[in-house]
Amino acid sequence: MNRYWKEFSKGLIHNNPVFVILLGMCPTLATTTNALNGFSMGLATMAVLVGSNLTISLIRKLIPDTIRIPAFIVVIATFVTTIQRVMEAWAPPAINESLGIFIPLIVVNCIILGRAEAFASKNTPLLSVLDGLGMGLGFTFALTLLGSLREILGNGTLFGFRFLPTDFSMLTFILAPGGFLVLGLIIAVLQKLNSKKDTGVSA
Amino acid sequence: MTYLLLIIGAVLVNNVVLTQFLGICPFLGVSKRLETSFGMAAAVLFVMTLATLVTSLLQYILVSWNITFLQTITFILVIASLVQMVEIVMKKIAPPLYQALGIFLPLITTNCAVLGVAILSTQKFSSVLESVVYAAATALGFGLALVLFSGLREQSELYDIPKPMRGAPLALITAGLLSLAFMGFSGLVR
Repeated sequence: MNRYWKEFSKGLIHNNPVFVILLGMCPTLATTTNALNGFSMGLATMAVLVGSNLTISLIRKLIPDTIRIPAFIVVIATFVTTIQRVMEAWAPPAINESLGIFIPLIVVNCIILGRAEAFASKNTPLLSVLDGLGMGLGFTFALTLLGSLREILGNGTLFGFRFLPTDFSMLTFILAPGGFLVLGLIIAVLQKLNSKKDTGVSA
Repeated sequence: MTYLLLIIGAVLVNNVVLTQFLGICPFLGVSKRLETSFGMAAAVLFVMTLATLVTSLLQYILVSWNITFLQTITFILVIASLVQMVEIVMKKIAPPLYQALGIFLPLITTNCAVLGVAILSTQKFSSVLESVVYAAATALGFGLALVLFSGLREQSELYDIPKPMRGAPLALITAGLLSLAFMGFSGLVR
């Protein structure tokens, strides 16, 4: 039981794919113009990650070692195409519009290929699904946090609810530079917290 | 004239890294030294132009058979195998070039800018020539951003920076400032 919890929880904070391992930067920066977009992108990526982790783990003994990367890419691309079709059919048009090209680009998100190569190709299906869920939730959490901060600073709203006057908004934070700045500052804060914890333990 | 505007638009106004957020991984990953960033920029220029040429031809087949929903899966497979093929051919025909670009080629397969530009150009343009010019200009824009950024990073390593800001935070904030500077070009081309 402990093992399962460990594989699930490691992606949430400790090995967070965005803040700690710095993977999947393109969707992280591009789709977090507001909290809802970031959250939707996180969920879409998590769905692909769980599906591809499960499938790859089920067929891991059938894939010859030399062609494993192309095989993984085909599996991932299949799930991405499925999600793309599902979102075109059921997701609100505004979300499809703003996520745009980054839905097909989930296929080259390094997190997904990274988990396939590092985890799912070596572990049992149940563990791989838990790993995918944990990493996916960590990614969703990171994107929602970044999107929330950018929406509050740039527009004075959170998930569309206004709680700061319009005069307060700084549009730059919704535009491209804001993404880089906010993510950089979040990581700086995390590094500061981590270094404190480390010195506390050693002292 | 149209092509000139297209090139200026893709290099400066809608810079692929700094305003469209494509290809951030190599942008942050190989920008520590100026030399490697030149190598990466050249490899991306080569692969992006070639990949867009092939995928924009492939798009005709997808459209005529009415299977455009398979775009993602076909494009990524074509790009991945193209990169492998280029690597093999280059190793045989032009060893000096392979020495210079070789190590960057496998990295490019998972560069989202290459797939992104291939998909974007099928949405924006109908002719193959326009797509290829757009891809080459976008790659030049990537190279420009990468070389500027690595120049800044080489300099900033010499300074005494607060400990929590070292590494990724400083790189991201430098990129943010560079992106702010590139916003000055907006409005140059509609």
